[in-house]
Amino acid sequence: MTKFTKRDGLSRRTLLKGAASSIVAGGAATLGAPMIWAQNIKDVTIRQFGTGVSNLNDVATKVKEDLGFTLEMTALDTDSVTQRAATQPNSFDIADIEYFICKKVWAAGNLQAMDTSKIDNYDKIAGTFRSGLLTPESTIAQGTAPHTVGFTTGPNGTDFVQEESGWMTLIPTIYNADTLGIRPDLIGRPISNWSELLNPEFKGKASILDISSIGIMDMAMVVESMGEYTYPDKGNMTKEEIDLTIGIFTEAKKNGQFRAFWKSFDESVNLMASGEVVIQSMWSPAITAVKSQGIPCVYQPLEEGYRSWGGGLGISAALSGIELEAAYEYINWYLSGWVGGYLMRQGYYSAVPETSKEFMSADEWGFWYEGKAAEGDIVSPTGSKLAGAGEVRDGGSFLERMGSVVCWNSVMDENQYMVRKWNEFIAA
Amino acid sequence: MMKLRANNALTGWLMVSPLALVLLAFLVAPIVMISIVSFWRATEFSIIPDFVWENYEFLFGSSVTYRVFFNTFKYALITWAFTFAIGFTVAYYLAFHIRSMTWQVALFLLCTIPFWTSNIIRMISWIPFLGRNGIANSALMSWGVIDEPVEWLLFSDFAVILAFVHLYTLFMVVPIFNTMMRIDKSLIEAARDGGANGAQILWNVILPLTKPGIMIGTIFVTTLVMGDFITVRFMSGSQSANVGRLISNDIALLQYPSASATAIVLLLTVLIVIGILLRFVDIRKEL
Repeated sequence: MTKFTKRDGLSRRTLLKGAASSIVAGGAATLGAPMIWAQNIKDVTIRQFGTGVSNLNDVATKVKEDLGFTLEMTALDTDSVTQRAATQPNSFDIADIEYFICKKVWAAGNLQAMDTSKIDNYDKIAGTFRSGLLTPESTIAQGTAPHTVGFTTGPNGTDFVQEESGWMTLIPTIYNADTLGIRPDLIGRPISNWSELLNPEFKGKASILDISSIGIMDMAMVVESMGEYTYPDKGNMTKEEIDLTIGIFTEAKKNGQFRAFWKSFDESVNLMASGEVVIQSMWSPAITAVKSQGIPCVYQPLEEGYRSWGGGLGISAALSGIELEAAYEYINWYLSGWVGGYLMRQGYYSAVPETSKEFMSADEWGFWYEGKAAEGDIVSPTGSKLAGAGEVRDGGSFLERMGSVVCWNSVMDENQYMVRKWNEFIAA
Repeated sequence: MMKLRANNALTGWLMVSPLALVLLAFLVAPIVMISIVSFWRATEFSIIPDFVWENYEFLFGSSVTYRVFFNTFKYALITWAFTFAIGFTVAYYLAFHIRSMTWQVALFLLCTIPFWTSNIIRMISWIPFLGRNGIANSALMSWGVIDEPVEWLLFSDFAVILAFVHLYTLFMVVPIFNTMMRIDKSLIEAARDGGANGAQILWNVILPLTKPGIMIGTIFVTTLVMGDFITVRFMSGSQSANVGRLISNDIALLQYPSASATAIVLLLTVLIVIGILLRFVDIRKEL
């Protein structure tokens, strides 16, 4: 507003004038005239929050460079992310959340549906997020698969629809197939089943993550692999199945199987790097982080398949006008390749692989996506070496890895019961 | 005269009102709020105003609750024993063995130096020290004391209590030192003249006179330990739980009513504990 240099220049009248003119200007901006927006968009600040996996400072820097507006990011652990999406709608503009969180919080009405016709690369988004089918022949894995909570009926839709309705709850950005991480140097033998997590051989050296919706799925994979029980649907257990699953793990906990539980990404890295734990549930970039300290660590593909997850960007229901335009612009930019390439070089998959390819070298694309042997050194986006010439990605190509997904992180019908049981497991 | 007296009363009211208002707004109101919410219901993403006993029923119906409360008391008791032993010794040494005031102040400040860094940092710095391949284990192995790394050093009750003692001993030292400094030295001389030996003086003179300080320290330590959740989470590697963790887990999972119910039960428990403690010593008389 007006700057007053002389003390006697500050009068009620001048203040009112200033206020009036800025209201007029503000009114003009919200009423239309996109050419004014183009200039004003530089003043926009978009507040994004999410888990540490994709809230990267490099992205904020690049946004400033490419789009001109400011992106403020807050990284939280998964439970805090859910909490904020559900209870503090005014504290964010963009929610970078997982699909299972979306299932929990969508009904709270804090997010608004997005018009897919405004998303430039909508047609190039991977099938997993649209029809649910990776390839036309694929079967859909158990659990909260992204496409089941990815669409809603309309701009104000509160429920989910199973077909591509033109209104998306989240715009998919990132996903991966998760498995167990191991320290091959400390184990010294091949590991090929989920059941190894509870193998007494690793007593006091195993860990599982303390995030219920994800942890319960890892547990289910282990229980099935042990041959204790085969679930009709892991992603939607009955109370008895929940009791059984958590019971097996409570017993293991009491027998001292676990060294610790972890809740945030960096805790898992520390547990593995320090050698406290040799086998645990882990996320792909955590493996990368351990490796970049020069410590051998493998994201072990297992016979039973992978547990998968997907994340995307949602827009706050409170957003409108120029901020909403900026949010769409940001999301379009997000899918246009640079971020995708950045995430792919960390071991995630981009929801729009085609565009990401342009931001990766042929060797990088071959290594990360096609499962080919590296021709030269493969380095992370931050510059540390992850693999040398001749090395192959654990688990192989995109289709091999995502094709072996057997379940997704889930929110079950009996979620509340599960959460209470989970709390008891942690306290047991 | 009447007018003056009325004015006095008014001034009195005015003088207490800022504190009363602050306490009302930031202490009483939140507690009332918590107790109201503890009767509400919750879904996965929202809380619904209601009046149901469901949260308390679940709390008292679960064996985990009793185990967790037992754990909380266990931590509080063991931590209290250690902080008291260490705190009393340190305070006794400072108050009765250091003769010059300058040195007393200097050494007292020395005790507070670790408290210039954050609680969390002091706690987390134990983790690499106690770990399987940490400094403690490698030192013990190189001295030949042990052949294999000791597992229970980290992510165990031992680690939790070690961190508690480390974090909270000062809260014992300060009030005990404070009351010891106010003990009239002539009482000790009189006891000595009367033929008491060192142990008798300690037991019959110093200990009774430092009771208020001990009690204040005890209240600090018990409330801090019983209300803690982060130390237990980090030092036990999420393996053990106290009531604070139960509440924090509930909050993380958006179960605010259930968290509130637990918080109310914890609050009452702590109040009862303090009530019992205060029956032993009249702190107000001594302050």
